[in-house]
Amino acid sequence: MAGGVFAESGADLELVGIQKRFPGFTAIEGMDLTIPAGSFFALLGPSGCGKTTTLRLVAGLEEATAGRILIGGKDVTDTKPYQRPVNTVFQSYALFPHMTIIENVAFGLRRRKIADATGKAHEALRLVELDHLAARRPQQLSGGQQQRVALARAIVNRPALLLLDEPLGALDLKLRRQMQLELKSIQEEVGLTFLHVTHDQEEAMTMADTVAVMNKGKIEQLGAPEVLYELPRTAFVANFLGQSNLFTGPVEGTTGDSISVNVEGNRIVVPKSRAQRHSGEVTVGARPEKLTLHVTEPKPEAGTNLLGPGRVIDVSFSGVSTQYIVAIPGLGSIVVFAQNMGVGPLVGEGTETWVSWKVEHGFGLEDEAPRQPRFSSDTDTASIALEKKRALMSELEEA
Amino acid sequence: MAFSAFASAAPAQEPAPKRRSKIALLLLAPGVLYLVIFFLVPLFTLVTTALQAPTASGDIGQYVPGFEIGNYATVLAQYSPQILRSFGYSLVATVFALLFSYPLAYFIAVKVRHRPLLQNLLLVLVIAPFFISFLLRTMAWKSMLSDESFLVSALKGLSLMAPDAHITGTPFSVIFGLTYNFIPFMTLPLYAVLERLDTRYLEAGSDLYARPFTTFRTITLPLSAPGIISGVLLTFIPAAGDYVNASRQFLGGTGTTMIGNVIDSNFFDLQNYPAAAALSIILMSAILVLVIVYILLSVYVWKTGTEGLL
Ligand SMILES: Nc1ncnc2c1ncn2[C@@H]1O[C@H](COP(=O)(O)OP(=O)(O)O)[C@@H](O)[C@H]1O
Ligand SMILES: [Mg+2]
Repeated sequence: MAGGVFAESGADLELVGIQKRFPGFTAIEGMDLTIPAGSFFALLGPSGCGKTTTLRLVAGLEEATAGRILIGGKDVTDTKPYQRPVNTVFQSYALFPHMTIIENVAFGLRRRKIADATGKAHEALRLVELDHLAARRPQQLSGGQQQRVALARAIVNRPALLLLDEPLGALDLKLRRQMQLELKSIQEEVGLTFLHVTHDQEEAMTMADTVAVMNKGKIEQLGAPEVLYELPRTAFVANFLGQSNLFTGPVEGTTGDSISVNVEGNRIVVPKSRAQRHSGEVTVGARPEKLTLHVTEPKPEAGTNLLGPGRVIDVSFSGVSTQYIVAIPGLGSIVVFAQNMGVGPLVGEGTETWVSWKVEHGFGLEDEAPRQPRFSSDTDTASIALEKKRALMSELEEA
Repeated sequence: MAFSAFASAAPAQEPAPKRRSKIALLLLAPGVLYLVIFFLVPLFTLVTTALQAPTASGDIGQYVPGFEIGNYATVLAQYSPQILRSFGYSLVATVFALLFSYPLAYFIAVKVRHRPLLQNLLLVLVIAPFFISFLLRTMAWKSMLSDESFLVSALKGLSLMAPDAHITGTPFSVIFGLTYNFIPFMTLPLYAVLERLDTRYLEAGSDLYARPFTTFRTITLPLSAPGIISGVLLTFIPAAGDYVNASRQFLGGTGTTMIGNVIDSNFFDLQNYPAAAALSIILMSAILVLVIVYILLSVYVWKTGTEGLL
């Protein structure tokens, strides 16, 4: 399989009922996944959800407890890593410390006895703009440079399936954007299948054709980035992929094509086609940028959900947009993003406001949001600041 | 020199700011003094003894200071078989010790890495023989391999050995004893480097189409080279000068005499001090030359990343 030729094109990957148990811990739970040949597939999930384990299973570095793995239609479940037409960009880079950069990059080509290994390795290094460091050792490179070498070392083999384990994590923002574009164009150019693991939702959405959101060893939802973003199916996806305002309550009425939910006395209408469940307790939501702030009470309108009045308790300006947090009694805090079309924020802290959004922008989830409101009900700025700090800290820890 | 190899591939550090402090010199003084008294002075005595001439009367054990360069030619002519045999035995024993110790060290350092209790137990087993004098252990082997031993009678009973053959007193038993006695010196430095071997490199190798043997040859072996080099030096140098295993009182015979035994008998039995001294200097210089060649090879030809040895 790993013969002396480059893969002509990508191969599709199929995971059937994959399960992975470590002693006393189940890392992957019954995973079924099909990645079409030539696609750029992102596996997105928080730290510890089993992304690396999934890649290791595909690469053959870990044995599945149950299930089959097929690459290009061939069952590779029982083959060794060196027999699989797969290369990995490791999260830890794993560059060979006793070899120069060029020797590292040419390693895979040499093993497969491919002609002009050094020439091709230089070519791959030029692609990641590191050819001038070809004679150095990995220890003499910065973290970001090592990561690019790891990328070159895998890509140079033109594997039918390339596995990338958070390959851009150590790069600064500018280089990361540049590498994202670079990776995307390499993938399009050579038509290989990329399985890209990341915990950065923006990266997943900008690069991938298909995104799978993973949580606790399971794939929660899978689809094109736009679809996933516009129509999240679970509370986890709604909050992991961007932000969401979620409300839980019983369905109190059903019309031809919509359901209306009673949330603490407020009526929220969601199209049936965008709701996973149509009866009982349901969680519905809307994205912050779909919400509009009003300083005077608007007239109720069909086709619009209106909540309020509430008070703006936090305004944070971020250049292109401003994030407002509006506390509405009984509903907790609602996040609103508004484009900065005028000069400065629309409203200041403490202003009485109403929030509205079009019915067709709402969505209904298949599970319930955790009962706990995201902010304590007597939200004051101090507790928000604390929440934000905690969120930031946990994010830093993950990174 | 050999010990610096334990610190494998130490990242190049910035040179410390040079400051000559009086305290540092003071702290160095005992060491320097020790070296002068116990190394330089005896070395000087050895060099002068090797050049002494017999007294005019020719009394046994009586020599006068002189400049008898001819002593070297005499001992070289007389004992070259024993000198060559020493290096031959030592080389073979080193190779055997390496072949035995590498898998052992790899097993302890890598395979049972996630079971610290077992790992420590195995390490203790490697070191445990040190708790008993190696004279006693070699003696024990002598009786286990002697003609009256169970092993030999069993082998003879099964006709696997000729009735008049022996194990002790043969090159086999001497090399066996050398190998056995120096195995911990080979195993421990190998363990020290393999213990730090990051198995993620092996996974990366496997991911890049390297079969297990190729992964071993291209990744594991080069990364453990500093341990191999220190183990080889720590085994080869003392084994070449060893006079216990090859002695007739232990595992050796008349045909297995090594240079250590010759020095021993020249010094204590024949009381030919200049010959013993000249042989010692020859042994020392030969080892020094071999070691330098070995290190140069490992740094410049095999490129094992042990520049720290120079
Ligand atoms: N060898 C192992 N033994 C036990 N647990 C493991 C092992 N490898 C990974 N895990 C566990 O499996 C879970 C998923 O790990 P991983 O796939 O590395 O997560 P991610 O890459 O998404 O951050 C983690 O909780 C981790 O602790
Ligand atoms: Mg990971």
